[in-house]
Amino acid sequence: MLFSFRMLATRALSLVGKRAISTSICVRGGHGVAKVDDYALPAYFDRRENPLPDVQFVTELSAEQRSLKEKEKGSWATLSNEEKIALYRISFKQSFAEMNEGTKEWKSVIAGMFFFIGMTGLVVLWQRKFVYGPVPSTFESEWKEKEVQRMLDMRINPVEGFSAKWDYENKEWKK
Amino acid sequence: MTHASVFRGSHKCTTMRSNSRPCGQTTPLASRCYSHAKVETDEEFDARWVTYFSKPDIDAWELKKGMNTLIGYDLVPEPKILDSALRACRRLNDLASAIRILEAVKDKSGPHKDIYPYLIQELQPTLIELGISTPEDLGMDKL
Repeated sequence: MLFSFRMLATRALSLVGKRAISTSICVRGGHGVAKVDDYALPAYFDRRENPLPDVQFVTELSAEQRSLKEKEKGSWATLSNEEKIALYRISFKQSFAEMNEGTKEWKSVIAGMFFFIGMTGLVVLWQRKFVYGPVPSTFESEWKEKEVQRMLDMRINPVEGFSAKWDYENKEWKK
Repeated sequence: MTHASVFRGSHKCTTMRSNSRPCGQTTPLASRCYSHAKVETDEEFDARWVTYFSKPDIDAWELKKGMNTLIGYDLVPEPKILDSALRACRRLNDLASAIRILEAVKDKSGPHKDIYPYLIQELQPTLIELGISTPEDLGMDKL
């Protein structure tokens, strides 16, 4: 009875894929063993600080790759460069040069920055036109002239500041 | 636990310990309150790792574990350690790992571009003997 259950399970799962059978529920003595999900198994990853990952990159070898693996058991000097590279690619996905390669992401980042700064600029311009009222009358040039004259008459900062720059004799700004 | 890079830390000496100078009080500069743990010398560190990789029946897991741990340290391994590791790869019939190890130590050297050529120079006899090509020979250092 145990056998028939297992057969059914594997037959059903054979449609899903080879990997699934190894993760199928194993029923023994009436108790189940916990299902092993893919994420719980050792995974392959390329990282500088972990040069030799827990598993090979290529798990299922073709016939050609298997024969190459057999050849690997002999002297390595007999292997051609292509064969050595092929062996490397079986075990590893990316070389160090490839994994350390920079992306072109920075271009997107700068582009995004400019875009949003531009958008903000448009919003500011629109606000100036449609949201804010007129500036106070004290900004008009006529007013400002009277204001400056008043400050000079009051001798504002006569030693080193404002009035110090005015030539009272010739009634002009000092050169 | 102990590393080739020697680091010194002070620890509070209690009066219970047989230490002539209790810390926390004004001690002259010449005497420091260092830890009494024995610091491993560089030679001891190297020897330990050479022995680790020299195990005749080393298995693949031990090679990976050893290599990953070694790369985790703040140092570039000595040529003799790498020699031992490459021979372990040979015993395990793993050429890919041997090439990977060379890539890893080059990467580990960081901005010090003169370390890797030195290592290759020292390892040249072993590389020729075992028939290991460097990543440069295979063009794997380029993209």
